[in-house]
Amino acid sequence: MMDLGLFFAVLGAAFATFFAGIGSAIGVGKAGVAAAGVLTEDPSKFGKVLIFQLLPATQGIYGLLVAFLILSNVGILGEPKDVTLLQGLLYFASSLPIAFAGLFSAIHQGKCSVAGIGTVAKKPDQMGKAIILPAMVETYAILALLISILSVFGVANVNM
Amino acid sequence: MAILQMQRIMIYSLKKNRKAILETLQRRGVMEVCDLDMNDGVFFKEDTDSQQSSYLKNSSVAAQALSTVEEYVPTEKSVFSSIEGRKPLSKESYYTYVDEVNEIMRVAYEVLGASKKISDAKAEITKQEAIMESLVPWRELDIPLNYKGTKKTAVFVGTFPAEKSYEEICTQLKLQLSEEVDFNIEVISSSPQLTCLVAMCHTDYKEQLYNALRKEGFSNPVVETHLVPAKKAKRAENIIKEANNVIEKNIKYIKSFRGMKDAFAFVEDYFVLRSEKYQVIKNLANTKHAFVLCGYIPKRDAGKLAATLSTKYDAYVELEDVCDDDTPIKLHNNKFSEPVESVLKTYSMPKHTEVDPTSIMAIFYYVFFGMMFSDAGYGLVMSLACGWALHHFKNMEEGFKKSVKMFFYCGISTMFWGIMFGSFFGDAVSVICQTFFHLEPSQIPQIPGITSALWFNPVVEPMQMLMFSFLLGIIHLFTGLAIQAYMHIRDGHFRYAVYDVFSWYLLVGGGILALLSLDMMKDMAGFVLPPVFLNIGGICAAIGAVIILIFAGRESKNPVKRFLKGAYGLYGATGYLSDILSYSRLLALGLATGVIAQVFNQIGSMLGDSIIAAILFTVIFVVGHGLNIGINALGAYVHTNRLQFVEFFGKFYEGGGKEFKPFRINTKHYNIKEEI
Repeated sequence: MMDLGLFFAVLGAAFATFFAGIGSAIGVGKAGVAAAGVLTEDPSKFGKVLIFQLLPATQGIYGLLVAFLILSNVGILGEPKDVTLLQGLLYFASSLPIAFAGLFSAIHQGKCSVAGIGTVAKKPDQMGKAIILPAMVETYAILALLISILSVFGVANVNM
Repeated sequence: MAILQMQRIMIYSLKKNRKAILETLQRRGVMEVCDLDMNDGVFFKEDTDSQQSSYLKNSSVAAQALSTVEEYVPTEKSVFSSIEGRKPLSKESYYTYVDEVNEIMRVAYEVLGASKKISDAKAEITKQEAIMESLVPWRELDIPLNYKGTKKTAVFVGTFPAEKSYEEICTQLKLQLSEEVDFNIEVISSSPQLTCLVAMCHTDYKEQLYNALRKEGFSNPVVETHLVPAKKAKRAENIIKEANNVIEKNIKYIKSFRGMKDAFAFVEDYFVLRSEKYQVIKNLANTKHAFVLCGYIPKRDAGKLAATLSTKYDAYVELEDVCDDDTPIKLHNNKFSEPVESVLKTYSMPKHTEVDPTSIMAIFYYVFFGMMFSDAGYGLVMSLACGWALHHFKNMEEGFKKSVKMFFYCGISTMFWGIMFGSFFGDAVSVICQTFFHLEPSQIPQIPGITSALWFNPVVEPMQMLMFSFLLGIIHLFTGLAIQAYMHIRDGHFRYAVYDVFSWYLLVGGGILALLSLDMMKDMAGFVLPPVFLNIGGICAAIGAVIILIFAGRESKNPVKRFLKGAYGLYGATGYLSDILSYSRLLALGLATGVIAQVFNQIGSMLGDSIIAAILFTVIFVVGHGLNIGINALGAYVHTNRLQFVEFFGKFYEGGGKEFKPFRINTKHYNIKEEI
């Protein structure tokens, strides 16, 4: 049963990177297409549109973060530890918030970024406002990250 | 923390001084000119559109000349050219250039002429190359391509759009023609898509043969020429050679003006300046000999300008304090909070009835940014980079300089929080000690703030950090409410401050007190208040709730409506809950920075201890932490802005003021600035 616990923990790490990563890839990809379009007209806006493209990139990093925390807690990285089945399942459950909130928030943040790029293309001075709107979407990824991190920390301290 | 007092300024003067007065105003850049609507028979307006457009045309000619010369003799630009800002230009060199404007414009036109010759020559080369290309299959032909025949013979030179042999063509034609038609075919060349041939016959059968050929898909050659193909190709070659000579000569000519770049840049600026001046002239009210100019000026600059204008140019200046919706807004803050003005501007300028929240916002801004970025090493890198840029590029543009200063202060705050939470490039020091110096964890030198937290480590005690984030959030929100209370009291509405602000203090504050005295908080917060606070908090919250319920809908006369509006106001409590929870991002982003930094350190240390491993560690360290700085600085910036815009401003700030935009020198290349 020890092995199964480890399996679920690694599955959790995989979920976190996998789904949040997909979301970020889609979001960044969408924003990148729009950014490239703006650059054909005005290459000097590169710095501005790049920021918009990077906004949906964070979910993937949050996923990586949670995955890394799980891996180091169960001893895949660093010293090996014993993981019970229950602990493994708990780690798996901990990864779910960032996996799915990350997936969907990154996609929608990407859409929002595309719109923001459109705003900046026409009104470069409205950058500050345009950047806040995609940042609103990110809130939910942050909340998910928070719960995932707190859960991972909590599971590590649970003795089972 | 102040919105500057504006004054309305009216300048009356004689027309002969108009140019000088406008130049003074433009150089000083302290006054916003507004349109004076006085078309009443005595006063009239000047239409300056034609002058303006001719100036702008000159400016763009100079700009094109500059970019043409730049194309052939590029200036070496440093990586930092975009932040260097405009070159300063002294008064003397300004006037030296002004004397030469006509000459510079002449040269600019010559450069453009040369550039046009080059592009024409290039077009000609393309054309001739196409001709040569299409002549290739005709190389063997020794008669001109448009040869029509002699007196008694008809000749057709042309192509079939497919590969055909001599025999094929003959049989196909014979099938269509009557017996007596005698013809001769000569295939010049043949390729899968094209067969070039010459057909001839007696003039009597000209029509018949031509029709037969057409039926098979015959068409005339693309190139029409009375020359033999070889000769035509030779000629095209010569033309190309000549065009290349023209190009070379003109490039050399353009290159000879490499010393004129500065002059072109100046002229571009100069005409933009003049055009802007004429834009202002449009707003003046003129009589035959005098004019009136009207605008806004901050009170602190008004006296000095008025004195200059009246002593130097015999102008009569009228000043009057104004404060209405049309008055433009200019902010004034101390050095510490001034950089954050740009953040306020991206939201909205305050209205004249509001207070300027910059200085209060600045404190929270730096604190929040530092907590989200929270790494002493990253803060150090950021402050050093910004400090270096500020020191090196003194001519940086004003707005950009403010942002750099802001990030400098943010970096200092980041350092502070990094030391508090014990993060220096993550756990770099202990990882390096363990990997490369083989020290046991207990042997690692203990440097408070670098290897261990001065206060507490949020990775180890996230709940404490979460509580601290909420505490800061509550302080932030209550400060926002306090500003609203201040505005109500300033306007003499003490009652409103009680209804709208103190009620919420009671409700939210009482609620928090009661919550903290519940047993369940013991595990989460690590402490619990004595039960008596449950009662105190409950009573406070109840009083607050009742005040809100009664007075939130005070505008409505209908008691039912008023009650419903009050209930809706009370529902706003959920807003406070989500506002406070929103500050959990301080913890989340802080953890993200710290943990990702640790990830990179750990990846780097996986290779063990050897020279190659040390090199790889360095590479991973630099790239990884560079990446982390980039993405998390962006995150910290965006989310600090969000906390200010949504949570803080939502409590008191409306905005919607008009920014003060003085009539000033708006140049691209040079910064012409001096007091006259």
